[in-house]
This record gives sequence, structure tokens and C-alpha cells, in this order.
Amino acid sequence: MAEAMHPSARPHWRHARPLAGPALFGLAAAVLALAPWYGSADTLRLLVEFFALVAMAQAWNLLAGYTGFVSVGQQAFVGIGAYALFAIAIHAGVHPFPAVLLGGAAAALAGALAAPALFRLRGPHFAIGTWVLAELCRIAVGNTDWLGGASGLTLARVLRSVPAETRAHGIYWIALGLAAFSIAAIYLLLRSRSGLAVRTVRDNESSAQSVGIDVGRVKFAVYVFAAFLTGCAGAVAYLNTMFVSADAAFTVDWVALMIFVVIIGGIGTIEGPILGALIYFVLREWLADYGTWYVITLGLIAIAAMLFAPQGLWGLAAGRFGLRLLPADTRLVPDSAPEEKPHVP
Amino acid sequence: MIEWLDTLIQGILLGGFFALSGLGLSLSFGILRIVNIAHGDFLVVAAYLGVATVTTSGVGPLTAILMVVPAMGLLGYLLQRGLLNRAIGTSELTPLLITFGLSIILHNLLQEIASADYQSLDAGLVETASLALGPIQVGWLPVGILAAALAVYAALDLLMARTRFGRIVRATVDDPETTALMGVDTRRIYALGMALSMAIVGFSGMLYGIKSSFNPQAGGSQLLFAFEAVIIGGMGSIWGTLAGGMALGIAQTVGYKLHAGWGAFAGHVVFFAFLLLRPSGLFARGNGHG
Repeated sequence: MAEAMHPSARPHWRHARPLAGPALFGLAAAVLALAPWYGSADTLRLLVEFFALVAMAQAWNLLAGYTGFVSVGQQAFVGIGAYALFAIAIHAGVHPFPAVLLGGAAAALAGALAAPALFRLRGPHFAIGTWVLAELCRIAVGNTDWLGGASGLTLARVLRSVPAETRAHGIYWIALGLAAFSIAAIYLLLRSRSGLAVRTVRDNESSAQSVGIDVGRVKFAVYVFAAFLTGCAGAVAYLNTMFVSADAAFTVDWVALMIFVVIIGGIGTIEGPILGALIYFVLREWLADYGTWYVITLGLIAIAAMLFAPQGLWGLAAGRFGLRLLPADTRLVPDSAPEEKPHVP
Repeated sequence: MIEWLDTLIQGILLGGFFALSGLGLSLSFGILRIVNIAHGDFLVVAAYLGVATVTTSGVGPLTAILMVVPAMGLLGYLLQRGLLNRAIGTSELTPLLITFGLSIILHNLLQEIASADYQSLDAGLVETASLALGPIQVGWLPVGILAAALAVYAALDLLMARTRFGRIVRATVDDPETTALMGVDTRRIYALGMALSMAIVGFSGMLYGIKSSFNPQAGGSQLLFAFEAVIIGGMGSIWGTLAGGMALGIAQTVGYKLHAGWGAFAGHVVFFAFLLLRPSGLFARGNGHG
């Protein structure tokens, strides 16, 4: 897109060419991939939760931070992903591990079906519309006997034949793979020409239209891809607990969690949701004994962050120390500059 | 046949409540361009305030309305002054996420203070007395709620169309910069607008507490019902919200009649049907569905 607009202009837009960041992430993924050999079963289970949350938060951030539409109904896809996995594993005899992808596919399909209606709404109305979708799913699933009705479904019988260790390690690697995929896919997407189109749509829909971007198609594709990631993550999260119920899987608490993680970490950055998820797990270890007061504290922290530090912790750190591990944005650099300087957003 | 006529009438009466609650939501959006995601939770907060007023002072729920409505109005004023005015003019994201945070805080706070059990406001005979319209029994309470909703609509219409305050509010909505140049403190107008919206939420919450039992988690569905009434009715028209509330009430009553668990579901389906088939709502005005 950039080259098309200014074929020979200088200075021009281009991506930073980082090496250290992606290398660091690759190293971290390799170290984490070996965790089954040095981590306890409890650690692995906690990490699965962490990875699922990272993938969900990346998806929410792709919507709100990069494309500019806010959803408070992502729990629809968490629940659909989880229920699709359970139903396929229980009723069709598919092994639950590959069924994670089918969970994501089911969520993507639901997103694609709902998008034409939801896209009639703008801004905050779109947000509440997505919540209606989640409620609709919750009621439908909770009243369907085939899906366990009000009492939910369990994978205990299906997974009985799989040895406990194989089960724990398999789920762990799937979760790690999903988190790594969500980070890599969004990073590569945003650095591609499509990524530039996505951000142009966020910044100004009519100017995006005027440079030839098919705004409707971009929004649809991003929404469906976010639904896919969230569906896979929901499937993984409930594969981890082996039990799912409609009230738990379709609760608005899921999206509250995604929002908290993204806002605290830093919206519109890829590093932010990872940092936010880390902070969330630390806070939970410290404060979980305080019950509802702990949730209230998280809410207050998020509101304070929105008002006083809307760029989040990663944004603050990046601004102060010039940190940029996975820069996915384009910026204006003079043609002659050998390498760009750290930049304050 | 009579059975379906009965369903239709019950639906319209239920719609009176949705129309009133939807009015609070559409007013805050119309004046402040803020969609208050904590709308349903504030409604439930008002019902709990009603319970607290009734138990501490011994007055009946209908008298307690006179105390809860101004209290909620004051809360709205302070909320706008202390918190939401900071978010006006920033991104669309900020007020949305701040009210979402408030929603999470409020229902957890209610759970901490009042426990997760169901409660209700007992208004005595009003709740059970009914009147026979030929073969159809109509409860006095739903009739009263519908009448109250219509009265609030009429009063708000007069306030906006005929008074100086209404003119200033309309000017602020149309062009805040010029209105401020004319010497109007627009931030105060926003705060008064929120106070008005929250007073209506307070009134809806008291009626809600009298007509049904509630717990701290009830706010989410109440937000969605009010929102559906606004969208089905068509944005930008308060009388549209009245019609939207009725349509939603009928949809839910018919759904409930077909299967007891599916009342709210039928309302959600009708909402999606409207988005696809008539996105500008029943009473479209101006450039529509915003």
C-alpha cells in the first residue's frame, strides 16, 4: 500500500527490522517447550491457563487495539470453542487434541454468521451487540440436552484411556503452540500490507475506503480470525479443566479478563497482552484469597489505567526505555538513516 | 385465540418496563454520546437501595421510590463530574471501558455487601391485584408500570421541547463548542444529563425490584434488554424506544409461552432479525442507526 501511494517519495514509510525481539521470543518458546521435563504438574496447568489467556488477549487486542472495534462479547467464542471440542470428542469420538482446531473453526463460523448483523452497529453499540450474541449462545447451549443442558459436559470418560502424563504434556504443548501462533500470526499480519490496511481502517474508515481498501472485507476477516483464535483458546482452557458449563463458559468475566490484561499491559502492542497476562497471574496469586474484593481491585486498577496511563505498562516502559521487541507498526524514516532510533509513541 | 391476545397484552405491558429502562440508556447516549455499560448494574443498585430504604426506615417500596430516584440522580451527577467528564472527548474506547469496569465493580460490590441471594421489594396488594378485561386478567402492577413509563416519556418530551434547560441540552448536543462560547458550562450540562438519565434508571430499578426478584448478577441482562429496546426502536428517537420496548416485551412473552426457558432468547433473536432486516429500527430518524 505504502509503495503504491508514494513510489519514489523520500522519506518513506517502512517497518523497523528487529532481530533481537523475535530471537528472544523464539528462545523463550524453546525454553518453555521443555517445561514438561522440569516443571511440576501444577506449574504446567497454570501455564496452560496463561497461554490460553495470552491467545485470547492477543485476539481482543487485534480487534480493539489494531482494528478499532471493541467487543465485550468474546466469551461467545470461548464458549463455542469449548463446547465444540467437548461435543465432537464425546459424540463423534474425535480425539480431543486435534478437536481444539475444530473448536476454533466452530467459533470462526459463528463469527462469520453473526458479522453481517453485528456490523450494522457502530462503536459502543457494536460492543453491546456482541454481548447479546454471547447471551443468545449461553441460553441456547444451557437449554440443549445434547450439550449437557444446565449441568454441563465432562471429558473424564473420553480422556480416561489417555495416561495422565501424556494428557498433561499434550495439553501443555497445544496451549504453548496456540500462544506462540497467536503472537507470530498477528506480528506477521500487522507487518504485511494487510496489516497496514487494518490500521488504516482503525484510524479513518473513509480515508481507508478512498485509497482502495475494502473496509468491509478487512473488518470481516479480522473479526473472524479473532473468533478463531478465541475459540481455540476457549477449547484449550476447558480441555485443561475437563469440565464445561454454559454459565461458566459464556460468562462476561472472560472478556473482562481479556480487557484487563490488554489495558494493563498496553493496548495496540503485541508485547502488552503478554505482560498484562503475567501481571494478572501475579495479582491473582497475591490477592485471590480476598474473593470479590480482588475482582473489585482489578476493576479499579483497569479504570485508573484507562484514565491515567492509557498506553499501559508496556507503553510506559517502551516510551521511557525505548523498548521495542516486536514492532508491528510502520513509521516515517528518512531514506538515508541507517537504522531508526527508539521512538516515543 | 384469546390465549394469544392475552400473550400480546402481557407482552405490551412488559414492554412498558423495557421502554422505561431503555429511555435511561438512550438519554445518556443522546446527550453524552456515552453508552453506559453499567446501566443494568445501576438499575440493580437502585433496587438494592430500595431494599435498604424499606428495611431501615420502614416505609413501603412505593414511598421509597421518592428517596431512591433523587439519590440515583445525585449519583449520576457525581459520576459524570468525578469520572466520566474526564473521558469525554477522548477516544470512543475510554468511556466504554470505564463503564464496563464500573459494571464489574458494582456487581461484585453488591455481592460483597448484600450476598448473592435473591431479594425482592414487597409492595403488598399492588403486586397481586388484577383487573378482568372480559376473559383476560390484567395485573394492576404491569398496568401501573406502563402508565408510569408513558408519564415519564411525556414529561421528558415536554422538558426537552419546551423548557430553557431542554433548549440548552439540545444546543449542547448539536454543537458543544458554540454552546460553550455562549457561556454555557457544557460539563455541567453533561452532569445534569447524566443525573436525569440515572434518575430514570433509579425509577426503573425500583419498579424492577417490585415486579421481580433480583440478585447482584441481574444487571447484565437488564443492560441488554434496555439496549435492545433502543436499537429495535431506532436511534435518535425517544418515542422509538417506547415502541422498541413493546416489540421486545411481546417477543419475550411469546418466547416464554412457547418454552419457559426461552423468553430472553426470543428477544435476542428478534433483535438480530431487526439488525439484518431493518437496521435503522422501527422509528428511524436522521442518518439512522449510529
